Amino acid sequence: MPKDQGIGARSKRREDVRFLTGAGRYTDDINVPGQTYAAFVRSEVAHGKITKIDTSDAEKMPGVVKVFTAADFDGKGGVPCGWQIHDRQGNPMLEPKHPILAEGKVRYVGDAIACVVAETLEQARDAAEAVVVDIDELPAVMDMKAAVKGGALVHDELGSNLCYDWGFIEDNKAATDAAFETAHHVTTLELVNNRLIANPMEPRVALGHYNRAMDDYTLYTTSQNPHVIRLLMGAFVLSIPEHKLRVVAPDVGGGFGSKIFHYIEEAFVTHASRLINRPVKWTSTRSEAFLTDAHGRDHVTKIELALDKDGMFQALRTETYANMGAYLSTFAPSVPTYLHGTLMAGNYKTPHIYVNVKAVFTNTVPVDAYRGAGRPEATFQLERVIDKAAREMGIDPIELRRKNFVGADEFPYQTPVAVAYDTGNYQATMDVLEKIADLAGFEKRRADSAKKGLWRGLGVNCYIEACGIAPSNLVGQLGARAGLYESATVRVNATGGIVVMTGSHSHGQGHETAFPQVISEMIGIPESQVEIVHGDTANTPMGMGTYGSRSLAVGGSAMVKATNKIIAKAKKIAAHLLEASDGDIELKDGKFTVAGTDKSVDWGSVCLAAYVPHNYPLAELEPGLEETAFYDPSNFTYPSGAYACEVEVDPDTGKVTVCAFAAADDFGNVINPMIVEGQVHGGLAQGIGQALLEGAVYDENGQLLSGSYMDYAMPRADDVPFYTVDHSCCTPCTHNPLGVKGCGEAGAIGSPPAVVNAVIDALQRAGKTNVTHIDMPLSPSRVWAAIQG
Amino acid sequence: MYAFELEKPATVAEAVKALAQEDAQALGGGQTLIPSMKQRLAAPAVLVSLNGIKEMIGVRKDGGDLVIGGATPHAVVAKEAGAYPALAGLAGNIGDPAVRNRGTIGGSLANNDPSACYPSAVLASGATVVTNNRQIAADDFFEGLFTTALEPGEIITEVRFPIPQKASYQKFLQPASRFALTAVFVAKTGGGVRVAVTGASEDGVFRWADAEAALSANFAADAVSGLSVDPEGMIGDMHGTKAYRANLVKVLTGRAVSAA
Repeated sequence: MPKDQGIGARSKRREDVRFLTGAGRYTDDINVPGQTYAAFVRSEVAHGKITKIDTSDAEKMPGVVKVFTAADFDGKGGVPCGWQIHDRQGNPMLEPKHPILAEGKVRYVGDAIACVVAETLEQARDAAEAVVVDIDELPAVMDMKAAVKGGALVHDELGSNLCYDWGFIEDNKAATDAAFETAHHVTTLELVNNRLIANPMEPRVALGHYNRAMDDYTLYTTSQNPHVIRLLMGAFVLSIPEHKLRVVAPDVGGGFGSKIFHYIEEAFVTHASRLINRPVKWTSTRSEAFLTDAHGRDHVTKIELALDKDGMFQALRTETYANMGAYLSTFAPSVPTYLHGTLMAGNYKTPHIYVNVKAVFTNTVPVDAYRGAGRPEATFQLERVIDKAAREMGIDPIELRRKNFVGADEFPYQTPVAVAYDTGNYQATMDVLEKIADLAGFEKRRADSAKKGLWRGLGVNCYIEACGIAPSNLVGQLGARAGLYESATVRVNATGGIVVMTGSHSHGQGHETAFPQVISEMIGIPESQVEIVHGDTANTPMGMGTYGSRSLAVGGSAMVKATNKIIAKAKKIAAHLLEASDGDIELKDGKFTVAGTDKSVDWGSVCLAAYVPHNYPLAELEPGLEETAFYDPSNFTYPSGAYACEVEVDPDTGKVTVCAFAAADDFGNVINPMIVEGQVHGGLAQGIGQALLEGAVYDENGQLLSGSYMDYAMPRADDVPFYTVDHSCCTPCTHNPLGVKGCGEAGAIGSPPAVVNAVIDALQRAGKTNVTHIDMPLSPSRVWAAIQG
Repeated sequence: MYAFELEKPATVAEAVKALAQEDAQALGGGQTLIPSMKQRLAAPAVLVSLNGIKEMIGVRKDGGDLVIGGATPHAVVAKEAGAYPALAGLAGNIGDPAVRNRGTIGGSLANNDPSACYPSAVLASGATVVTNNRQIAADDFFEGLFTTALEPGEIITEVRFPIPQKASYQKFLQPASRFALTAVFVAKTGGGVRVAVTGASEDGVFRWADAEAALSANFAADAVSGLSVDPEGMIGDMHGTKAYRANLVKVLTGRAVSAA
């Protein structure tokens, strides 16, 4: 019988009750007495010199409190970048200032020039329209390859549009090049990883509240990591010490990475609140979200794979242009480097790998992490080039992958790109996939499709992911300007209930349900006795938040550590109550028992004794039952999987229909299978969205053409099939206490190549053998054009 | 959105009077106008809602015609236009349920979005657009992108559709907006075949004369297989090239004939 509590139970998401009944408390639901409203004046051109800003008319408009320009932020910092990359020569990347309001120049459509704060939102918007801005337009820097050769500069003071030219690992280059010289076969593929817009359901909001009586600040914001915002904004932008700055990220309606970063609007409302001594709220419109939320992906890549005559991989070489946009968003430089280059080995034993990445400034919205962040880009190019190589060499694509897998007995496996995989079993994962996807039945399904005049194709690929990026001392050497541990305080109340204050942040992941399952399992009490508190720097220990599929592996481990401390202390209290040695105390099902006897005391009595210490070893033990732990992982965790996609292509219209999608994942131990399946489903929808529908499109002047849902195609329910997902192949992580990996990004990482491989397969089987690649999104028009040849 | 006055007349006569005010604008279901106003791209001083005018709402048979009131929402047409199944099907596949319960046939035709569904049905059916002061034949009504024969303040009170012997509407969705990337309405009557195309042309809805001639001679899908559509003048954008839309016109026409 399946468990109904604890690790492995399919516990229903308790937070969904409030989310689904409209009772969530989001940032925009918070209103503070005396609140004012901010409306930004944003650049309508991609690149230009500001020659005049005239706020005089706007200032006279009804309800206007103040009109802000860059002058109001004299002496304040720009929003900082949290990761410094060093280039092939060891020089630091070019790092421009990102001012809160534009200083002299605008660099993308949406760049904030001025801001009106007024009594009402409508008054603020009316007055914002009355601010006169004159701009001398400059040529928009849009094409990355052209931008590094010369022409207009996004940042004149930097002297170049090339942020960095990174080699990984530079010492691998000579051996990699040499292996290509002698290779039996080389497969080359040039491709684009399309630019995406995260589109969380809740747009960004920031409410700054300076309290003059206390001389302190509170920022309510839609963030995935309130402590990171407090540190970056307090220390680097506004010079506010952390004990005078509270950051609250309440219920957050999705982030997908786009709410990791410290945005200028957060610093604006916080500082503006002090200047006018009133709370200031800014709520992004959906149109503003398209223009100002960090975008994702946008890589242009050439990848080459060298093979021997038997199809064994000999070497891999890539050259990528990565779009940074106009400024460096918080973690932008890390995405195409350490979150991308480290994954280029995939699931395979390729002895020589060299990755070159050129990061380029353009007059577009800053680009940063989006669900998967670097790992989807790595997986896509690798799994596409393998498919192409299989076709060129006449080897079955699954067979080619199996030949080159890291063997189950070869872990830990040191890749040539720095990371060492702890566990995995790629052959077994592929075995599961072949079964759940019924690959044996494909030919029959293909024949059925052909009867309808449709071309069916099958795409298979693998992925490896690195979650829970760590340890802090290593990532510090790689350029991270932050620690990557996580924290938890476990507070046991006098009557036995538990509150866990975690540095992780849930914005859809279901922590409020899954984390209590772990504690329930460890102590043997009902999940309902455990509550999770997160998202407020005032009542949680300093943590790093939630991104990169890290929360359970890192935050959960911190919670386990703290809970183990609780259990150890509780055993001492129980030993005292039972007049036994604490070494003889066993905890099971919420009861402490002296081993080998029937003497016991229950959990609640021990907790009560800790806070009402009448019968208590006060000389040796402090009262109370509350422990904090910080956990810094010794390595990443490495989930992996094998995915299969079946599509039908309508040859007359080029329309692609995803008929079936199967995902076999190895996530290590699973706490709540239902939540894990939901995470995979969501990731697959986003990956299929990237493959078939989504694309941020700019024109040559830097205008965002896909600036609304009229043109930016989000996947809808009828764009995706019913999924077949399985995580029965389980190789637990060896270095965290739960043996867990990460599942949040897997679907988005693993699915785009499966979809594209399937479409190419369909066209190839239909005789279109000249079609070896189509760039995403595979719109009907693009597929039809490929069919025409 | 800027501030505006809202008027809700109960009769066509009251509406005509209200629309004579300066900067007055008729409001149908508001599926285009309200988003434009929210974006501050439109700023009428007075909105005259036509949705409370009972004489303009409903579907009825009148001899061989199906008559639809100008303020009739798509959802009502989908449900009540069973006498003209292709038209009911078209109405039932516009947008999503929220759009279908608010958007109206009169609003859609007056707006004449180049990718809207209804203009193709009106043009292919040879329908008559009836206003508060005249009757306009379909061939005279559509005058290019977002442009019609309507005078300022003129209200579409009803649309009269002759019911064809056979008809079909084939829509290929633009994946983001789910308007027609290209769609074709084919209607066969005793007088011949009419083929109207929406979503494809830079000039808005149009009749494909070559296909009409071929299909009037032989109403079969392969009657159009030898024809071609000139990509020049087609819409080319991120969702489809000119050549792609030209291809869709032909493919969808063939499919409409098969389905009719």
